Amino acid sequence: MSAATQPKTVTLAHFTASGAELPLLRMSTAGSVDDGKSSLIGRLLFDTKTVLEDHLDDVKKSKVNRATRGIDLSLLTDGLRAEREQGITIDVAYRYFSTAHRKFIVADTPGHEQYTRNMATGASTSDLAVILIDARKGFLAQSRRHAFISWLLGVRTLVFAINKMDLVGFSRQIFEQIREQSNTLLSLLDGVHVHFVPVSALDGDNVVIKSERMPWYDGPPLLDILETARPSIDVAALPLRFPVQTVIRPDPDFRGFAGQLASGHLRLGDEVTALPGGQKSRVARIVTFDGDLEEAFAPMSVTLVLEDERDIARGDMLVATSKVACQAQTVEATVVWMSEEPLVAGRSYLIQQGPRVVSARVSRILHRWDLERLETRVASSLSLNEIGVLEIEAAEPLLFDPYRENRATGGFIVVHRISNLTLGAGLIERESENISECGPLSPEERLCLRGHSGAWVDLSKVQECADALERALLNVHLHVVRTEQPELRRLGLIVLTFGLHEGTPDVVVDGNDLRGAIEAIRAKTTLDTLHAFGEGEGI
Amino acid sequence: MAQSYVLSHLRALEAESIHILRETAAQFCNPVLLYSIGKDSSVLVHLARKAFYPGKLPFPLLHIDTTYEYPEMIEFRDRFTKEIGAELRVYTNLEAINAGANPYDLGTAKCCHLLRTRALVEGLREGNYDAAIGGGRRDEEKSRAKERVFSFRDKAGRWEPRNQRPELWNFYNGAVNPGESIRVFPLSNWTENDIWRYIELENIAVVPLYFAKPREVIVRGQTLIPLQSNVKILDGEQPEIINCRMRTLGCTPCSGAIRSEAGTSRSIIEELVSFRRSERENRVIDHDQEGSMELKKREGYF
Repeated sequence: MSAATQPKTVTLAHFTASGAELPLLRMSTAGSVDDGKSSLIGRLLFDTKTVLEDHLDDVKKSKVNRATRGIDLSLLTDGLRAEREQGITIDVAYRYFSTAHRKFIVADTPGHEQYTRNMATGASTSDLAVILIDARKGFLAQSRRHAFISWLLGVRTLVFAINKMDLVGFSRQIFEQIREQSNTLLSLLDGVHVHFVPVSALDGDNVVIKSERMPWYDGPPLLDILETARPSIDVAALPLRFPVQTVIRPDPDFRGFAGQLASGHLRLGDEVTALPGGQKSRVARIVTFDGDLEEAFAPMSVTLVLEDERDIARGDMLVATSKVACQAQTVEATVVWMSEEPLVAGRSYLIQQGPRVVSARVSRILHRWDLERLETRVASSLSLNEIGVLEIEAAEPLLFDPYRENRATGGFIVVHRISNLTLGAGLIERESENISECGPLSPEERLCLRGHSGAWVDLSKVQECADALERALLNVHLHVVRTEQPELRRLGLIVLTFGLHEGTPDVVVDGNDLRGAIEAIRAKTTLDTLHAFGEGEGI
Repeated sequence: MAQSYVLSHLRALEAESIHILRETAAQFCNPVLLYSIGKDSSVLVHLARKAFYPGKLPFPLLHIDTTYEYPEMIEFRDRFTKEIGAELRVYTNLEAINAGANPYDLGTAKCCHLLRTRALVEGLREGNYDAAIGGGRRDEEKSRAKERVFSFRDKAGRWEPRNQRPELWNFYNGAVNPGESIRVFPLSNWTENDIWRYIELENIAVVPLYFAKPREVIVRGQTLIPLQSNVKILDGEQPEIINCRMRTLGCTPCSGAIRSEAGTSRSIIEELVSFRRSERENRVIDHDQEGSMELKKREGYF
């Protein structure tokens, strides 16, 4: 039987959270050596009763115990032999704990060795970062670095846990000093929500339960902040982005595009545009194993069937026609370098954006960040753990949104062509503005930048619908003007005329069918030249 | 309206796992799903069916058969794979078995190395698989907490914990050169509790050994060992009938049962909430020596 006949259906409620359920919180933790990060996480796991008795027995039996009294909770999290022996955390570790209200995934990142690489990795999927500060040492350069990298990777809630308050006599003055030391940095990071909590991870003060030893602190304990934090960006509310992972074709009657919505939502009948290329179609079916849906939202994994036969393959992206993603071959991106082999301008790499892999060359390094001073410097290469802003030329179009607007489509990883190692992570800022070097604007390029071709729309018979029509066209990002110069359509403008002119209009509006008029205008202005234009020369 | 656009916790995990499985099928020439017959494998296969619906599973299932597993497991394996129309492949380290490898004479650590770890590496080599999908979860054991979703193995099948590929966002780098491979863990972010809740939600079939009933067992230390054909009764041990269930499945001499009254997935979930002991505790092999799971993984164990 063909899968296309009589599909069963299922409602969206089958997938959504019930009333009180809070979305999973993904968080990262960062701290320097001896800030007590492992102890803090051990404390969170222990006090939320996530630690299992036999794991605790293993810790008690361990040959290593750095705690001066009681059990060493940090041993709960140092998983690798080398870490246990050296008393340090080497690699990002993922921990899971839950309270009655919420489930948490913690990316626990080491503070010393390869700090930038690991911090960036942990922060890339996090909504919130807990940054540990040793109360005795204050707000150091490394605290600044931790906050900056988290922010760069898109984390918008920062919680500074001022630890070891027991060693500074629970001093309010010291706590306030550290808060003030952070002001300069925080003024640089726009859009962040910041919390400061004085804690003692060793004894558990203000971790799960409010401390009685710091009555001057009137805020909530750390766990309360984690339990009530909201993800800063609602991905389902962003424009639709659906990277195609694979095409499912079990029989000649079914051709579905399988993927996970990176952002946005869609309904049956919605118009989508396939990038690169710009072919349009509508959503005919939203297929899941559990049944067909009428709508879906990020981050659901679904399979889409379109109304028309379209040549779409892995690595393409279906996007909302009303707000398409950027498509460019030369982009500016912030890159975190993660390899011992330095990044050098002029070298060629592979760039992977989810399922899309393209060949690319680093055309120049615009600057490097000095993470100690948070200033930019001139650079010709990037070493391990350095961050710089680069211009990248890809052999095929990159499909993206600026990283600040959409974390799911603004990032990429850099892969070595021969060893296949992941060398770095990139955050696309924008299409490169190399305006002066581009030469004259060709008619094709102008059309391509506008996203549509021009048309002459004759409104001489129904002038009263002009306002509604203009508004509707502007709403879908078409370039529309009211003028009595119909020849301007050659420049890619949609010209609304009211008088009589020589020549043949593309569309004559003669009734009050506004929707019909818009469809006719869009049909006349759809670009067929986009695809040919997108094929750049190889690198 | 936006209020309703929040996925439930289990559906979010499901969507993530489906995404990982599709990446695996798309990025590799010859992937295989390592099917251990346990509950995590049942969930993994269920997710794979979802990922490629209405198409078929695009990869075969591979079972590493030690020949010391519970007969109920093999019965379940054969019935289940036939029902869903999956292609089942079975590999056994016959060389070791023929040379007399068994847990009683060699000890559990050496036996496990030969019949699981070596068998797995050899089985993957024989099938020339470039990706092996497994049901490992990061919450199971400490060294697993640092495992990537796409975990690189060199030509000898070894894991190098100090030199893993960084894994950002949900972008998985599965590029390998000939002879190298990737172990894929789509259930990385699931906990034991999530697994049981999902089994209940989706009504997924699992081996009946997971559910409590009166069984004839030997009490050995903290562990209950169900009386099966090839369990040796030591001096002074008396079989008893105890209400118990298995928390993880493995070979008969190595995986013990726990006292339990939980006969359904719902009652297992309730029991888990009150549990303070981890599920791998009854696996004798994990506790052979401190950090022993990491050592096995470096050699190629899943």
